[in-house]
Amino acid sequence: MSEKSSSKSGAAKEFELEMTPLRRVQMTLHRYPWLSSLLVLLAVVVAFGTVNERFLLPSTISLMVQQTVIVGSLAIAQALIILTAGIDLSIGSIMIFGQMLMANLAVFVVASNVLPIAGQNPYLAMVLGVLAATAAGAVNGFLIVRFGLPPFIVTLGTWSVFMGLTLIFFKARTIQGPEMPEVMLTLGEGFSVGPFFVTYGLLVMFAMYFVVAWSLRNTAWGKHVYAVGDDPNAATLSGINTNKVLFSVYLVAGLIMGITAIITIGRVGSASPNVDPMLNLQSITAVVIGGISLFGGRGAVVGALIGSLIVVAVEMGLSLAGVDQAYRTASIGVLVIIAVGIDQWIRKVKV
Amino acid sequence: MTEPIVKARGLVKRFGSVTALNGTDFDLFPGEVLAVIGDNGAGKSSLIKCFAGAHTPDEGQMWVNGEEVVFHSTQDARRHGVETVFQTLAVAPALDIASNLFLGREERKKSFMGTVFRQLDKKGMRRKAAEHLESLGISTLQDITQAVETLSGGQRQAVSVARAAAFGSQVIILDEPTAALGVRESAKVLDLIKDLKDRGLTVVLISHNMPQVYEVADRIHVQRLGKRAAVVTPKSASMNDSVGLMTGAIDLPDTEQQLSPV
Repeated sequence: MSEKSSSKSGAAKEFELEMTPLRRVQMTLHRYPWLSSLLVLLAVVVAFGTVNERFLLPSTISLMVQQTVIVGSLAIAQALIILTAGIDLSIGSIMIFGQMLMANLAVFVVASNVLPIAGQNPYLAMVLGVLAATAAGAVNGFLIVRFGLPPFIVTLGTWSVFMGLTLIFFKARTIQGPEMPEVMLTLGEGFSVGPFFVTYGLLVMFAMYFVVAWSLRNTAWGKHVYAVGDDPNAATLSGINTNKVLFSVYLVAGLIMGITAIITIGRVGSASPNVDPMLNLQSITAVVIGGISLFGGRGAVVGALIGSLIVVAVEMGLSLAGVDQAYRTASIGVLVIIAVGIDQWIRKVKV
Repeated sequence: MTEPIVKARGLVKRFGSVTALNGTDFDLFPGEVLAVIGDNGAGKSSLIKCFAGAHTPDEGQMWVNGEEVVFHSTQDARRHGVETVFQTLAVAPALDIASNLFLGREERKKSFMGTVFRQLDKKGMRRKAAEHLESLGISTLQDITQAVETLSGGQRQAVSVARAAAFGSQVIILDEPTAALGVRESAKVLDLIKDLKDRGLTVVLISHNMPQVYEVADRIHVQRLGKRAAVVTPKSASMNDSVGLMTGAIDLPDTEQQLSPV
């Protein structure tokens, strides 16, 4: 306590709380919700590192970080939306739509076999793909804001819609890496830093984390995102245009999905409509494990990165330990439930 | 005669088939504390929400400082110097005290980072927030960067009042500020109201608590069935009279009402 508080009036004294060590921990975690996930990540790394020394090999670590790049990027979009107390189930589906669009636009008509304007400039193709994903995010935002529909239902709908559109427009045809202009695969390439390998896609992901985290902390928009997620009525009464904030969040999320589409083409080395149907759920898992509250208004976006790393590290650790895939999947589920339990406990800080 | 700072004539507000306001008049004079009392459903909250900008009346006219106004949002009301402390307090619990004080009107850095990247002037806002709280005598809050949800009910109320009083406002509307508070905290809030009046601000106090109303109010606006039933003063009418007016047991002729400032 500062000097100021010791000179407080009698009335103020009764506001003070008794601080038990457990309560102190709870308060600190409440203030910095990503701290608990960071501790979990460290624990996971130490545990698996001790059990199996291969876990800490630079090549293993490089691989784990690279495996984080797709979910980690999508988790930024998911984190933003969950901060507003929403949820986005369409996240993977829109990303796949974006990547299929850009890949089809970039390859020759013969290869794409659906788009007559194909075979154009690959840069233009990527820009159009990103714009399409942004527009898809805007559609989510529009439906949620204009008609007051619950985000869960809207994005459940657009998840199916964009999955369907992907099949309608682009058939189920995977466009292989060698068919595409080389520039589209750039984000899968990289360079060595000592024994570690860093891809350009990874740098893009980190850049996105930096921009979003900075904006959330340092701009009025960021404060409003938290305020809207915390209590939309209070935000409105405080003079915040709640609808505008919500729409902007879905728009930005769409943009992030579009950029992730390019990262995914680089990482996978092809554009396939069946990258991973579980991407939407994985991004939610990462966000929740990262200490961002599903009830909105609480958490830091960096938690989503830590959460993605935890999921990948647990998967990798268990796989190195020879644990069967089925058990690995189950263990991630247990992790999610524990994370939500901790979130509930932290939220109980009340006077 | 002094011109009212806020005036309304014939306000009507309907919610579906429910008529919350049925042609209410309202006069608020500069520098006074006007209490608004009324039974549940009399339209107290609907009335002040019209002035706060949270509701737009369906019919009727409103004036602030003699200028006719139509409020579509709380921002509109703020621009005319009318600030409201809602019963729910309208704070963002997870944000800190300084962020809450400046919620919806954050200040950016004057430098390149502020104009181009829209970076907030956090230090400046924290300093100003501390000054505002200090000037209102509510600097008992430990830490300006503390999340509002870690504060007690009275402290949250203080933050909300400070927010309302901090931005050059003229009129502060308080909706049931003591409803959720204990005796000692209520007393502090009443002191705060007197302090606002001493600083030359005009206060509207919505309350159910008669002793509190009689302690701080200059005039009492009695709302009944969506209309202004009477305006009295703590001297001209006893608490029993006021309750009678509220429930409709008593009718008061216009000549006995206090329609001008005290």
